[in-house]
Amino acid sequence: MSSDKLLVVEDLFVSYGSIEAVKGISFSVNRGELVTILGANGAGKTTTMRTISGLIKAKSGSIRYKNIELTSMPAHKIVALGISQAPEGRRVFGTLTVEENLFLGAYTKEKLNKKVLSWIYELFPRLKERKNQLAGTLSGGEQQMLAIGRALMSEPELLLLDEPSLGLAPVLVKTIFDTIKQIKEEGTTILLVEQNAKAALKLADRGYVLEVGKIVMEGTSKELISSPKIQEAYLGKKKAG
Amino acid sequence: MEIFLQQLVNGLTIGSIYALVALGYTMVYGVLKLINFAHGDLVALSAYIGLVILMQLAGVLSPALLILITFISTMVITAIGGIVLERAAYRPLRRAPRLSAVVSALGASMVIENGIMLIWGPMPKIYPASVVPNINFDLHGVYISLMQILVLVISLVLMVALYLFVNRTKLGTAMRACAIDQDAARLMGIDVDKVIVTTFVIGSALGAVGGLFIGMYYRGITFNMGWIYGLNAFVAAIIGGIGNIPGAMLGGMLLGIFNAFISGYISSSWSMALTYVLLIIIMIFRPTGILGERVAEKV
Repeated sequence: MSSDKLLVVEDLFVSYGSIEAVKGISFSVNRGELVTILGANGAGKTTTMRTISGLIKAKSGSIRYKNIELTSMPAHKIVALGISQAPEGRRVFGTLTVEENLFLGAYTKEKLNKKVLSWIYELFPRLKERKNQLAGTLSGGEQQMLAIGRALMSEPELLLLDEPSLGLAPVLVKTIFDTIKQIKEEGTTILLVEQNAKAALKLADRGYVLEVGKIVMEGTSKELISSPKIQEAYLGKKKAG
Repeated sequence: MEIFLQQLVNGLTIGSIYALVALGYTMVYGVLKLINFAHGDLVALSAYIGLVILMQLAGVLSPALLILITFISTMVITAIGGIVLERAAYRPLRRAPRLSAVVSALGASMVIENGIMLIWGPMPKIYPASVVPNINFDLHGVYISLMQILVLVISLVLMVALYLFVNRTKLGTAMRACAIDQDAARLMGIDVDKVIVTTFVIGSALGAVGGLFIGMYYRGITFNMGWIYGLNAFVAAIIGGIGNIPGAMLGGMLLGIFNAFISGYISSSWSMALTYVLLIIIMIFRPTGILGERVAEKV
């Protein structure tokens, strides 16, 4: 598996002014895998995701996707290479319609792929029902579906999902995670950042644990689930969907 | 009744000009959340550039061709001016505090205004009479000139074109997305810098049409006219709802008609003062402007 690395992050440092948010992390994602990054609030998970997408510049280190260096690339070119992201907090365009949001997801494509659109409407029938509605009028769960659907519109090889379960009712968390599983099974490689460790490890092949900007543990999901430290810190008292 | 209709025609004419200029303020505000104070001065600059082109080509070309060439070349040159303005005054400050950009905008405004004065002098310049043939149509006592018809028709066509561009095209949708959330737009693969430049190009080109109309309709232009026309257009943009494109069109028309009625029924010396009374009243009852209401965005 190690020969088929899609994304390789090496010794990545990211800081906001003088505050270091990510302190030399290294990890990789293989083609076809679902990898999760776990960690508490402020561990540097979102910073890592934003840096991969090119929204923040790394201070040092490297991010290579298919052996192409991403750290000096503007965000819009990274999308064109095949990495898209459903960001934390969903960030849908509230005053645009659901369908306009989806069309923007395919911005880097010359022509809209109708098959992808109908696939997304199959994954999230709710979006089809509401396609002419303004995205800002959707419920939180529907907005999350839209954020994921929008990210899929660019037909990414690597999908970045940042806290897709944040603020959702347990029943919706299950729907979202079931869909993520389905997306993975249909061939998209996924990097999933989550606070909901139990739900994330259930889906993931491998995982990394991030604490205050450093990776403190890594392994297969099985290894992580059975680790006493993880059980205590991330699984014990947390409610999972 | 005749005064009413006559002032309505006059109001719609000047309102179209305000609307064209107001669009430049509102589009840039929409995308950058910045009041481009130099926009009015760019409009003034376009009136001077248009005059130079007119004088160079007058007599060489037929009237229709002369007007067409003058408009197109002035729009292109002013759009380039808009690109330079964005590069020099705003892009370096994109991540700076908001106040720095405002100061830069005011500085750019003064640079352009005084630049015009240095090149063309402090005395007013006069557009030649009847660039557009001076034909008046008498509609039962209400007069409408060919110039007014030209202003109304061209403005309407440009505004419909802009509306279709923003609402029906991919780049237009990207522009609306950038106005909502630039980082999310980047995650869609949108080149935000390109969208910002496009916004300046369109705003400046529309402003250039406004500047040419001012020259051709009122004939007298001054180096500091960007201040007064810019301020009126800015007020129009706020009345309509700053950042809202149909709002700028509506605000411009309303302000033009309002000014014309003040001039027709009271006195033109009151129009500026009462414009601000109108602005204050609208801000009290609708702080976001007439069309400036936004759907609540859930997070």
